[in-house]
Amino acid sequence: MDSREVILRSVRQNLPPKVECPALDQGHWICYEDRVKQFTDVLEAVGGTCSIVHSMDELNDQLHQLPAYCAAKKICSCVPGVGESNVPLETIQDPHDLEDVDFAILPGQFGVAENGAVWITDAEIKYRILCFIPQHIALVVRAKCDLADAIVDHMHEAYHRLEITDSSFGLFMSGPSKTADIEQSLVIGAHGPRSLTVFLLEMPN
Amino acid sequence: MSHIARHPELAAQFVSDGARTEWHDQALWFVRKKRDQMAHALPEWELLREKASQIKHHTMSHLDQYLLQFETKAIERGAQIHWARNAEEHNTIVLGILQEHHVTRLVKSKSMLTEECHLNPFLERHGIEVVDTDLGERIVQLKGEPPSHIVLPAIHLKKEEVGVVFHQHLGTDQGASDPNYLTEAARKHLREKFMAAQAGLSGVNFAVAETGGVVVCTNEGNADLGTSLPPLHIACMGIEKLVPRLEDLGLFLRLLARSATGQPITSYTSHFHGPRPGGELHIVLVDNGRSDLLGDPSHRRSLHCIRCGACINTCPVYRRSGGYSYHATIPGPIGSTLGPSRNMQDYYDLPYACSLCGSCTDICPVQINLDEQLLGWRHRIVAHRLLPWRKRLLMKLLSWTFRNTWMYVLAGKVARWTVPWMPRFLIYNPLNAWGKGREIPRMPKHSFREMYRKRIRK
Ligand code: SF4
Repeated sequence: MDSREVILRSVRQNLPPKVECPALDQGHWICYEDRVKQFTDVLEAVGGTCSIVHSMDELNDQLHQLPAYCAAKKICSCVPGVGESNVPLETIQDPHDLEDVDFAILPGQFGVAENGAVWITDAEIKYRILCFIPQHIALVVRAKCDLADAIVDHMHEAYHRLEITDSSFGLFMSGPSKTADIEQSLVIGAHGPRSLTVFLLEMPN
Repeated sequence: MSHIARHPELAAQFVSDGARTEWHDQALWFVRKKRDQMAHALPEWELLREKASQIKHHTMSHLDQYLLQFETKAIERGAQIHWARNAEEHNTIVLGILQEHHVTRLVKSKSMLTEECHLNPFLERHGIEVVDTDLGERIVQLKGEPPSHIVLPAIHLKKEEVGVVFHQHLGTDQGASDPNYLTEAARKHLREKFMAAQAGLSGVNFAVAETGGVVVCTNEGNADLGTSLPPLHIACMGIEKLVPRLEDLGLFLRLLARSATGQPITSYTSHFHGPRPGGELHIVLVDNGRSDLLGDPSHRRSLHCIRCGACINTCPVYRRSGGYSYHATIPGPIGSTLGPSRNMQDYYDLPYACSLCGSCTDICPVQINLDEQLLGWRHRIVAHRLLPWRKRLLMKLLSWTFRNTWMYVLAGKVARWTVPWMPRFLIYNPLNAWGKGREIPRMPKHSFREMYRKRIRK
């Protein structure tokens, strides 16, 4: 008998009495009066920044005011029309070649008010390493009509909204990379991005 | 038989430095308070715990089905599944995958399972360089120590000590101890390791039966740097890590980081559904005693653990005795119940490293009845006559005294008369373990019975 069979048999022999699976109905969970404000506040508390913009021009303007963006030599944008990308992803063969990207601009699908997280998948980002290796990251979350549509209250809603389809990788990103492993002192910029800026773009089509 | 240092002995070493004990205690209490703030900010906190517990009960009672469902779905998504009965098989499987891919440099993110299996020394013996990439784990790895906490591996070290380790291994300035400076040095060092690695190994926080995906949470992004650069990703998980549905993640993720470090969520919560294009994802499902534990009605709930570490942070014994005093991979309340279920003889002392205050049970996000489990272990340990003879004899004597009124009354009288006159060495000697660091209370003139009788007469 192979290990798989041995383990399954042992599990079956030891199964506890059957217990029903609880429903996780919405309605029990917290709702925020102003989701956008809650998202912004929490994001700031976890070391990120949030910026609300109403047009592509405004977005690009704001981007140019970020010192990290101005100082960046290698910029990789996966959001058409945002930033001056000089790392053409078509030419990249190996994710290791992205090691020295200073600034990446990536599309986020929606934000979560309770924890300041943004859902990202590699459907739009060819190399998932772009979420982790750049020195700085900006996410662009676009709202179709109202900004509040781009933010859900909590994680339960988040999982109803997101889809696990073809993309093999999905990520909630909440703030920059950080650690408190040395005497509980919070240090922003552990091995990954040193800063995270989320642009909430309210732009009716 | 070689001498196994037991919790009281190891704890005595730890508390011999009073200032340090105080510092350790405060550091963990700080984390506990952050957790409280987060928990109190959510009106539905208790409901979340309740539901999480129910989901775990449900999952465990259908574990065979969910394992099979997970396997099918994960394979559909292109992952390769391996099953390991025990630690040796787990290690052999991992080594096999690495050798097949000619890997000599591996980066690893946090995984208590691989600690449990002693994977690192095994791989190193086979010529593979293993680099732990969680900063805390890297610190203790360089120091040649195991983690002292499951979430905060280097919580027992002061920044000056980290400075010394980094000076020796990473060439930081002598005497430098600024956390920012040290973290920056680690960043440079580890990014080189990430770039050079030929494979990445991660633990698994949750595995979803419905979709065949695994979820990994980190704050540093180290699991992702480690698994997104090289084409080979190995994820190792205990069979108890399953949740049935994708939506269950919402519940557990709300609880995990809040309970662990008082954060609303970790910086990165990555969902891996299959390998990345052109890469390979191997998932190793490990039993190593878990299915046996499932059959133990009084302790199976310890399989519900999501390894948040909250019970450890809140435990008054852990805070004042440190992770190493538990001589087990997982310390604190949860480790003290998991230890004896692995090997009662080796870990019989751990359920006694507990004041039965119940704080762990109150705080546990999945409502594990930790204090009851520890008490349950004590019953079994006594039944198996595993306690040292001194303690056994004392317990016998006490229980006999408590059962016989006349003896109890007499013992009280004798103590009240004699103790105040006894020289200290007679009271505080090696036979009286209780008197270590404690003073026996001042003997009253009369017993409660006597006082009560007097009052009634009045
Ligand atoms: S037993 Fe509960 S509190 Fe302790 S680590 Fe596990 S989940 Fe957290």
